[in-house]
Amino acid sequence: MLEIRWHGRGGQGVVTAAKILAAASLREDKYFQAFPEFGPERRGAPLQAFTRIDNLPIRIYSHITMPDAVVVMDDTLIGNTSLTEGLGAESLLIANFARSPGELRKRLKLQTGRLFTVRATEISLANIGRPVTNTAMLGALLGVCPAVSRETAEEEIRHTLTGKIKPELLEANILSFREAFREVTGE
Amino acid sequence: MSVVAGTANGAVAEAMRQIEPHVVAAYPITPQTEVVEEFAKFVSDGRVRTRFVPVESEHSAMSVCVGASAAGTRVITATSSQGLAYMWEMLYIASGNRLPIAMALVNRALSAPINIHCDHSDSMGARDSGWIQLYCRDAQEAYDTFIQALPIAEHKDVRLPVMVCYDGFIVSHALTRIEMLEDEVVGKFIGPYKAVNPLLSRENPVVYGPLVLYDYYMEFKRQQVEAMERALEVIVKTGNSFGEVSGRSYGLVNSYRMEDAEIALAALSSTARTAEVVADELRDQGIRAGVISPRVFRPFPAEALMQALNGVKAIGVLDRADSFGAGTAPLAADIGAVLQSAGSNIKLYNRVYGLGGRDLTLNDLKEFFLSLERAGQGEEELARFDYLGVRGG
Repeated sequence: MLEIRWHGRGGQGVVTAAKILAAASLREDKYFQAFPEFGPERRGAPLQAFTRIDNLPIRIYSHITMPDAVVVMDDTLIGNTSLTEGLGAESLLIANFARSPGELRKRLKLQTGRLFTVRATEISLANIGRPVTNTAMLGALLGVCPAVSRETAEEEIRHTLTGKIKPELLEANILSFREAFREVTGE
Repeated sequence: MSVVAGTANGAVAEAMRQIEPHVVAAYPITPQTEVVEEFAKFVSDGRVRTRFVPVESEHSAMSVCVGASAAGTRVITATSSQGLAYMWEMLYIASGNRLPIAMALVNRALSAPINIHCDHSDSMGARDSGWIQLYCRDAQEAYDTFIQALPIAEHKDVRLPVMVCYDGFIVSHALTRIEMLEDEVVGKFIGPYKAVNPLLSRENPVVYGPLVLYDYYMEFKRQQVEAMERALEVIVKTGNSFGEVSGRSYGLVNSYRMEDAEIALAALSSTARTAEVVADELRDQGIRAGVISPRVFRPFPAEALMQALNGVKAIGVLDRADSFGAGTAPLAADIGAVLQSAGSNIKLYNRVYGLGGRDLTLNDLKEFFLSLERAGQGEEELARFDYLGVRGG
C-alpha cells in the first residue's frame, strides 16, 4: 500500500490534489482512500490531506503516521516540523522549492528520507498565472513516485476540473502538471 | 452496476435518490450535511418527485417525518450528533407509533466541549429509543445498508424505524471505491410502498398517539419488544435478498477469522476494519486472533454473537462512547450480559477509545490484542475497564 501525505495551505487545492490522485487510481482498477485533515477551514492556514492506494481493498481507517511520500505544495511551510513527521529512510519528500534538494535538506536539517524539489510556484505562475500549485505538485509526485501513470492522472484532472474552471485554465493546469512531472529533481 | 470514486455521504444521497421516498425532512448538520445538500439538489433538479421539507430544526424534521409517515407515506431523514439529540422526544414518538422511517445517522461526538468528529455518543444515547440500529464499517456498507433499511422497517412483522449509522468524517467524507446498483435494481428491491393504517383514510379511520395509561401502555411496549425480536430474522432475510441482487450479503454479526480464534476484538463500524488488519498481522505470528463486529446493535444479536465467540478465551470490547460512571461502556455491557446469561467463562476487557475523533493507531490495537493474549493465558492481570489512547490514563 502507498500512503501519501499532502501539505499545503487552505485555498491551494490540497484536498483536490489528494482526491484527483485517488480517483485516478480507480481508472487503473485500484483501491484507494482520500481524506483531508478536518478542522476549521481557513484560507491560508496550513492543512494536510491524505491518499492511500493499493491493489487490494483498504481496511485501515487510522490516520497516516508513516507516509511513503510527503508532498509540500507551499515553500513557506518549509521549517514546519509536521512536514517530516514519520518520515522513514525510504520515504520521499517532494517540495515546491526553487533551490536544490541539497539546499532543502540543509533547511529541513533532515538526516533521513529521499528529497526532491521542483519550482512549482514558478511553473504555475508561468502557465496558470496564479501560484496555485496543486496540479504541478501532483505532476512532481508522479514524476518520482508512479502511483498511477501520467496519462491516467491527466484524464482524471480533465474529468475533475471540466466544468469547474475555464477550458483554457484547464489546459494551463495540464501544462503545469507536465512541466513539473519532467522537472522534478532528486539529490 | 457501476464502480465510482465517492464518499459514504454521496453514496447515501444516491441511495435516497434511487429509493425516491415520498417525503424527506431534514436539517443540515456536520458531518451529515452533504447528504441533505445533495438530495436537495436532486429535488430541485427534478430528478426525484420527493417532497423535501426544509425545517428550522431537527425536532421539526422528526416531527414532519412522524406526521408524514403516519399519514401513509414513505419517509427518510438524516442527522448527526446535536441534531439527533434535538430529535430526542420525537424519536420515541416514531418508534412508539410503529412508523417505518429510515434515518442516516452520521456518527459524531456530542458537545460540550464542541467537537465535530466521530464517536458513537449520539447513537448510543438513542439506543433505548426503540429504533433499530445498524452500524456500517465502510462506505460500501453504508450505501448497501441504507437500501436495506426500508424493507426492514416496513416489513409487516417489524414496523419500526431504522437508524443506519456510519462514522463521521472517517467514512462519511473519505473518497473511496464504491459499487453502485442500477436505479431499477434498487427500485425493485425496495418495492412500492404499502401504507399500513394510514391516518388519511376516510374508509378506515384510525387514531395515532392517543392517551394510554396503566390500562394498556405496557402492552404497547411489549409489542415493540416483540417487533424488535422479530426484526432479527427480517434483517437476515433482507441481507440475504440484498446479496442476491448485489453479490454482497449481510447478516447480524460480522466475523473475521473467528473460526478458531482464542482472542477477539469486538468493535462497531470502521474500527472493526482496522482491527482486521491487526488480526492478520498477529495470525502471521501464530496468534489466533479474530474480530467480531455487530452489524445490528438494536435488536442485540445475542445468539449470533455467542456462536461467533465459540472457543474464545478473552475478548476485548472497544467502545466509541462511554456510559459515564457505569464502569462498562454500552457495547461491552451488552456483550457481558450475553456472556453472563450463557454461563460463559470468556474474559471480557472493555476499552473506551476514539472519543471526539481521537485516532486509534494500528499499534494501539496491536498492544491491546497482545495484552488480551497474555490475559487469556493467565499471564497478565488486565484492567476490566479503561480508556485507550488518552493522556494521563
